Amino acid sequence: MRHILTVFLKEIRDNFRDRRTMMSALVFGPLFGPVMFAAIITLTLKQATGSAEKPLPLVLLGADNAPSLVAHLEQRDTDIERLELARDEAIEAVRAGDYDMVLIIPPSFGEQWANAEVARVELVMDTSDSDARRQGSRARGMINSYGSQIGSLRLVARGINPEITRPIAIDEIDTSTPSGRAGLVLGMLSYFLLFSMLMGGMYLAIDTTAGERERGSLEPLLTLPATRSALLIGKLAATCFFMALSLALSVTAFALVLGFIPLQQLGMSVNFGPQQVITAFLVTLPFALIGAALMTVVASFTKSFKEAQSYATFAILVPTLPIIVAGVMNVRPSLEWMTVPSMSQHLLILDLVKGEPLQPLFIAVSAGSSILLGIIMTLIAIFFYKRESLLM
Amino acid sequence: MIEVQKIAKSFGAVQAVRDVSFSAPNGRITGLLGPNGAGKSTTLRVLYTAISPDTGKALIDGQDVALDRQAARRRIGALPHGAGLYQQLTARENIAYFAAMQGIAKNVRAQKVQNMIDLLEINDFADRRTKGFSQGQKTKVALARALVHEPQNVILDEPTNGLDVMATRSLRSIIRKLRDQGKCVLFSSHVMQEVAALCDEIVIIANGEVSISGTTEQIQQRTGCDDLEDAFVKAIGPAGAAA
Repeated sequence: MRHILTVFLKEIRDNFRDRRTMMSALVFGPLFGPVMFAAIITLTLKQATGSAEKPLPLVLLGADNAPSLVAHLEQRDTDIERLELARDEAIEAVRAGDYDMVLIIPPSFGEQWANAEVARVELVMDTSDSDARRQGSRARGMINSYGSQIGSLRLVARGINPEITRPIAIDEIDTSTPSGRAGLVLGMLSYFLLFSMLMGGMYLAIDTTAGERERGSLEPLLTLPATRSALLIGKLAATCFFMALSLALSVTAFALVLGFIPLQQLGMSVNFGPQQVITAFLVTLPFALIGAALMTVVASFTKSFKEAQSYATFAILVPTLPIIVAGVMNVRPSLEWMTVPSMSQHLLILDLVKGEPLQPLFIAVSAGSSILLGIIMTLIAIFFYKRESLLM
Repeated sequence: MIEVQKIAKSFGAVQAVRDVSFSAPNGRITGLLGPNGAGKSTTLRVLYTAISPDTGKALIDGQDVALDRQAARRRIGALPHGAGLYQQLTARENIAYFAAMQGIAKNVRAQKVQNMIDLLEINDFADRRTKGFSQGQKTKVALARALVHEPQNVILDEPTNGLDVMATRSLRSIIRKLRDQGKCVLFSSHVMQEVAALCDEIVIIANGEVSISGTTEQIQQRTGCDDLEDAFVKAIGPAGAAA
């Protein structure tokens, strides 16, 4: 016990003086997440709100062929540009990126229209461009609405109730609360929190084995009258300490950044006050030991600090897999999922930012399972720390 | 007092030590001499309990190292080959860390650390962070760290490697001081002159085996060579010379 404490205090002092550790634990980890997050969300918001507000830029080829359709489009929120090109040239221009989208009205349109046949127009766009895709669906909506107007009028003219062509109507009832929609966007939050926490402990975890060995201080350390488990536990405790520090800063930084993101514009509200900050910290913290032990195990197989660093970066990605699964499969919080570390933290934080109440049982199971796996990982790390080949 | 009885150690297919036995008495400087790769470091590693031997025993003050490693470690001060320091800590903090780990009580710890700083004459840079220290400064701090708990047995693996003449001389005088305090000093070197200048007892190792041991005179007598260098070459044989 005395040894564990001595090692712990020494590591804290040592690393508080190490610029590399301090930068990754207190600057890069905590700031990288929130800054990335703010950038991504602001961009997403800009795209989502921006393009709906702007008039739709509509490039028309053969506008003269359908004056009434064009008149309809002009009344809508559009910004029409008329083009004098051959059809093939127009398609080529879209392919070259000169235009996002071109609506081609062929000369046959007028005749088909007059004969009440299906009148065809062509919408040219590159659907791999999300901007063009969005414009395309707006244009399609406008043209379709005009089409159904005319269709109804034609039916009325023939003495038929236009309702007959509409056997089913769908009324959508959206149950998501404004905070619930925010949850979709904030799904990344848990990832960034875990990431910055792991970053905070990475240098220490590597230093425990690969770093000590490279520096030549491992062998003197191992000849001290302390058990190797005591040495390793002291070092893991210091690693967890820095991870906790990094996490605390990260959560706080997020709370500040979220205040600046204009989520309200989308009718979303985010609950991230002091109480949520503390809860998010406590919910995420039990994962620290898993990460610390995992990185230590990985580093114990490597020959140098550099090598350890590149492998530890992979280790940081492991905890993100359950989060991706949760995102793809749209996992809902349940008692079973609370037994999966990183998944459980993700789900709990998601509920937290959505403003939904957290079940104490879920929090307990999440913490318990994470700590249990952390202890197992620690035992594995101790096993590898005891090997003689650690020195070689 | 250090005794080594028939130890052998392999790493995979490589047999680093085949059969090494010798003893290093108190109040004497015993030199472990041999070419590179002869098994010196492996033998010392077994003694300071970094690794366990496959067969054979190592005794520190009459007690089997394998039975109680922690007890053995308290009786040993070890300076492993290329021992490194914690660069963000000062020399004093490096020594104090090991003092704490050795279980030296808090109320006397600072004094013991200062004693070491005086013994090794490192007062000038004791409170500087060790980053950027010269090899000589590093070795002295590492030695102070290894000796802070005043062990009866001192094991030094190639301590003069990378030291300049002045640093080597000062290290030799420290080693003699330890001997004169009645400690058992065991150190390894591949430099014959080094061993000849310092040691009371010499153990020559080649190919993982002791080829000859004794005082300088005894070795000269037994090999029939007046010159120690010739004696060394003769003792390690053609195989050792090739290595």
